[in-house]
Amino acid sequence: MAIDIVLLGGLVLAAMATVMTARLLRAVIWLAVTSVFVALLMFRLNANIAGVFELSVCAGLIPAIFITSIGLTQRLTPEALAVRRRERLKRFWHLPLIVILAGIALSRLHVPLEAVMAPAPAAPAAADVRNVLWALRHTDLLGQIVVLLGGVFGVAVLIMEARHEQ
Amino acid sequence: MSNDPGHLFMIFAAGAALTLVVGFYSLITTRNLLRALIGVEILMKATTLLIIVTGYVSGQVALAQALAITLIIIEVAVIAVAVGVVLCIYRHNKSLDATFFTNLKG
Repeated sequence: MAIDIVLLGGLVLAAMATVMTARLLRAVIWLAVTSVFVALLMFRLNANIAGVFELSVCAGLIPAIFITSIGLTQRLTPEALAVRRRERLKRFWHLPLIVILAGIALSRLHVPLEAVMAPAPAAPAAADVRNVLWALRHTDLLGQIVVLLGGVFGVAVLIMEARHEQ
Repeated sequence: MSNDPGHLFMIFAAGAALTLVVGFYSLITTRNLLRALIGVEILMKATTLLIIVTGYVSGQVALAQALAITLIIIEVAVIAVAVGVVLCIYRHNKSLDATFFTNLKG
């Protein structure tokens, strides 16, 4: 349990570092660190396959997409960066306070499990994620394929439009 | 792991809730479009964690994993398309600051 609390603390701190850092590139790196913490927590909860997905896709692919897009934008001058830092400090100085206050409020909250969750229905052959995906959740698989194709189509349209404009 | 699922759920739910607070705060205060997407990413991570812990506590880890994988795939597609849109906006306006984009105002 102590490891889980440390990992959850690391997750919240990494998320805060992601939103508070002035440089966009560093924010993306902190986002990848946040994903690593989520993946470690998934491994702790026996969700190994979801953890591997989180580690490879969210800590690998998504930061790569962000870094590529940042590379296509202009770099800030040192003066502009200094102004940006001051602005961010002004806007984000109370975030740690809000998080600490929310943490204190949540730690004082005692909700019995029965109040937040209905008893689990008996799920047939739900021991393995592959069984669930292939036998019980066909629609999810179909939806995943459609979403992926939709994403690819969207990016292709945007690239074609950019070429057309050039 | 603790044997008390209620206690475990509350600890993980608190961690996910704090991450949600950080993500919402980022979305509300930021004006940079790429940073807004990063805020959406943080919200999705908190949601994924909540799904997994709910599955663990209710004994349906496999089902929770299937849902989490679906969410991760949706996340990738959303980010890929949104980053493309943001780059198109950047090409037109030479800025990522949302306060300058007033062309769509009625």
